[in-house]
Amino acid sequence: MKKSISSAVNLPEHSVTDENVYLARRTMLKQLGFVGATGLLATPSHASALDWFSSNKDTAQFKTTPLTFKKGAPLDETLTPEAKVTSHNNFYEFGTSKSDPVENAQQLQVNPWQLRIEGECEKPITLDYDQLLSMFTLQERIYRFRCVEAWSMVIPWIGFPLADLLKKVQPTSKAKFVAFQTLYDPKQMPGQASRRMGGGIDYPYVEGLRIDEAVNDLTLLSVGLYGKTLPPQNGAPIRLVVPWKYGFKSIKSIVSIRLVEKMPPTTWNILAPNEYGFYANVNPNVDHPRWSQASERRLTTGGLFARNRIETLPFNGYGEQVAELYRNMNLTKHF
Amino acid sequence: MRRDTLTLKVLIHAISLTLLINVYYMAITDQLGADPVEYVLHFTGIGALNLLILSLAVTPLTKYIKKPFLMQNRRLIGLYAFLYALCHVLSFWAFEIQFNLALFFEEIIERPYITLGMVAFIILVLLAITSWSVVKKRMGRRWQKLHNWVYLAILLGGIHFYWSVKASVTEPVIYGVIITILLFLRKRKFLNS
Repeated sequence: MKKSISSAVNLPEHSVTDENVYLARRTMLKQLGFVGATGLLATPSHASALDWFSSNKDTAQFKTTPLTFKKGAPLDETLTPEAKVTSHNNFYEFGTSKSDPVENAQQLQVNPWQLRIEGECEKPITLDYDQLLSMFTLQERIYRFRCVEAWSMVIPWIGFPLADLLKKVQPTSKAKFVAFQTLYDPKQMPGQASRRMGGGIDYPYVEGLRIDEAVNDLTLLSVGLYGKTLPPQNGAPIRLVVPWKYGFKSIKSIVSIRLVEKMPPTTWNILAPNEYGFYANVNPNVDHPRWSQASERRLTTGGLFARNRIETLPFNGYGEQVAELYRNMNLTKHF
Repeated sequence: MRRDTLTLKVLIHAISLTLLINVYYMAITDQLGADPVEYVLHFTGIGALNLLILSLAVTPLTKYIKKPFLMQNRRLIGLYAFLYALCHVLSFWAFEIQFNLALFFEEIIERPYITLGMVAFIILVLLAITSWSVVKKRMGRRWQKLHNWVYLAILLGGIHFYWSVKASVTEPVIYGVIITILLFLRKRKFLNS
């Protein structure tokens, strides 16, 4: 199996479609009515029949800015092209199909921004937009990103360890968990204003980690990817990245981080507790009720024929750094 | 063949084939977003369901607008529904599962929504291979009995779609309503049998 992957992912640089070309092609096809015409007969969830009721406005793209950061250790795996990382997103606040966020999130106001860190700690603080980017030395981390839907990417994130931030606020001994919350602003986030568009989720989106998971060195607060600040569809201005857990734990556009005593509620667990647990550790041995998690499709370059199915590793390949956290737990039960 | 029948047939061929070829061409050349496999699966799956709905709409529509030539196209639409479903299943095996036959069968057995989809597909296979006029004549009354299974197929297809979505059920619910209406229009047929 390994062999077939490497042949697909070891493509020379020149065979990677340039982002501008890629986006221009999409725009052109749209203008030709190709994407719309395919929606006429069959309606893939990307181009849903219901999208016809929402105008497909070509608004100005969100402006990202280059960041200064410490280069990360390279991973021996091909990066997912930037155009795919920024156009294939689950961010139900902007719609449930993968292409909705890139279309609907471009107007999100990320500056000014306020991120409150409070709860069971000695020195609660509120960070503004500039502090998010300047308070810590930014570093690049190239991580595998595994979605619970059995696809994965390799993404060069830029950010700082959550542990560094938590150290600043001095958690008390009561702080056993960390609760996160996404921005709640139905005016800017159409999915929060309409249950149909937002997939029937009760907003704001909330997530949580146990405190030892939160201070693990791998746990990153990300403010950028591919050398630039995050675009809104990827969770601007600041998001969580927990690489050994399924992607839905990596909450986007965070406005609140709360240190708490009890395990906090988490959005997908509320919605479907039999499918999404609190821990959500990547685990090839525990199937999702509707699909196997034993393998995944790595999204890199290449079209339909890319041989990109690979075996899923326990803890998404980060077992050495994190397995210890779950030493005495039955991970089949606490999935 | 009447001229409007012919026009409609050409149109059905042209639209169904063009869309299918176009989606595979775009997928092979990586122009369908980040995950062409997912796109193709949704496109062919919902395409099959749409065509099946269309084929079941032909009879009530013919009665309503009194254009009997429409009936001449019912089989063709049904066969395209089968072709889309075939592409859906083959794409799942070839591109999602990537030719792993063991995993293919494991998924069919273990995932209820795939099991239902597979049952619907098997029905469509049976209907497609018995669609020739010659076979129809040979089968006599049994042909109609077999082809009534299309109602089960569309029902299972709808449930398969409903169970496959993660959160937003708006779209499958709309399909469910349309399917229910199409089946409701045949309630006399069901009551009499």
